[in-house]
Amino acid sequence: MSSFIDKLHETFIVDDRWKYLANGLKTTLIITVFAVMIGMVLGFLIAIIRSTHDKTGKLKFLNLIAKLYLTVIRGTPVMVQLLIIYYVIFASVAIDKTIVGILAFGLNSAAYVAEIFRSGIMSIDNGQFEAGASLGLNYRKTMMYIIMPQAFKNVLPALANECIVLLKETSVAGYIALNDLTKGGDIIRSLTYEAFLPLIAVALIYLIIVMILSSLVSALERRLAKSDRG
Amino acid sequence: MIEVKDLKKSFGDLQILKGISTKIEKGEKVVIIGPSGSGKSTFLRCINRLEQPTSGSVIFEGEDLTKASDKRLYEIREKMGMVFQHFHLFPHLTILQNLTLAPVKLKIMTKEEAEKSAREMLKKVGLADKESAYPNQLSGGQKQRIAIARALVMGPDVMLFDEPTSALDPEMVGEVLSLMKQLADEGMTMVVVTHEMGFAREVASRVMFMDEGVIMEENSPEPFFGNPQNPRLKEFLSKVL
Repeated sequence: MSSFIDKLHETFIVDDRWKYLANGLKTTLIITVFAVMIGMVLGFLIAIIRSTHDKTGKLKFLNLIAKLYLTVIRGTPVMVQLLIIYYVIFASVAIDKTIVGILAFGLNSAAYVAEIFRSGIMSIDNGQFEAGASLGLNYRKTMMYIIMPQAFKNVLPALANECIVLLKETSVAGYIALNDLTKGGDIIRSLTYEAFLPLIAVALIYLIIVMILSSLVSALERRLAKSDRG
Repeated sequence: MIEVKDLKKSFGDLQILKGISTKIEKGEKVVIIGPSGSGKSTFLRCINRLEQPTSGSVIFEGEDLTKASDKRLYEIREKMGMVFQHFHLFPHLTILQNLTLAPVKLKIMTKEEAEKSAREMLKKVGLADKESAYPNQLSGGQKQRIAIARALVMGPDVMLFDEPTSALDPEMVGEVLSLMKQLADEGMTMVVVTHEMGFAREVASRVMFMDEGVIMEENSPEPFFGNPQNPRLKEFLSKVL
């Protein structure tokens, strides 16, 4: 028992090594939060383009670009995308690696968010569009006031899950030498030659955050189900 | 008020409407009957261009809808109320919001004006106590009466009904029909696709029989039901009456 406490002390307290985890967690959270924002905004725009094309046949060119984007992003691993963005696209630019991480994960998440939003829009009965049109509401107004509020509600749980997935995916950020949570644990391991404690600590931190987020999602789902009266 | 000239509509190779021509005057109540697949709903949906006709024209208050710009089309639709078989109320909004959404967002009325007019309309359809309910809390008949009220708030010149009672439980058909009859008595111009022969006989100023994408016969209710000429109509009436 005392040797376990010694190990804990050696691993986390000596030289303030816990700070690798704390700073890593901070970086992980920053990347996740901003990447989620980029993903939501860009994903929403892509979904609008795609579903407008599906519903009205307009925006052919933009739809083609959007489809290409989705195919490429969803067809390649996020880690490869991260490496390409850092080592190829920003190769000759001095740029904060955190920003590279935010961009890479945000652009990646957008593709998945777009398909979530699109499935939400397409799941709304066509009669809702027709009811809007018959009242004189044009496509844009019908989308804004009738379709989107319903679609958004339907996809909220899926969007929240995408945030959880994204949080875990950022663990590959260490490959561009970003000191995120995973990398922080790995640094402690290489300093102490002790793998068990730092890596388990990292896993526990991810797990706790994910469990908190998950319970928020299910609370949200319960509230949404309650407002579906009747 | 509405003039339809040689209206044709095809879905791919399937020709649904094979040349429809008719005139609907202000104050008329036209009831369209016919077997399933005869094109009667498609015809109704071409009148407000929910379906784009393949050829022909629909002239509403002097303006050809089939050639109207998108912007103009939406303006014209404000004057054409439509009631659907499956109601299509907005489930995320309260009844009052269902009624006020279009007039407010189209800036035809202020929120206060719209709510005032919506409440009057709810009183008219006998559902004044439901304004803060959500559509899912209502029965089918109540939903359809709300759908009618929603269309009426816009102050339409004509009301289009696409099988308004076909999705209702039998005991709820009456309340919707009597509301429609009340509208007719107030002088509303109406085009109604329905299977309710009693309603056609009692309310219609003209009954139209459609089959195979054409109008086979049209007449005022008495000769239409009493002395049908077209053999297809005779056969149809013998089955449904």
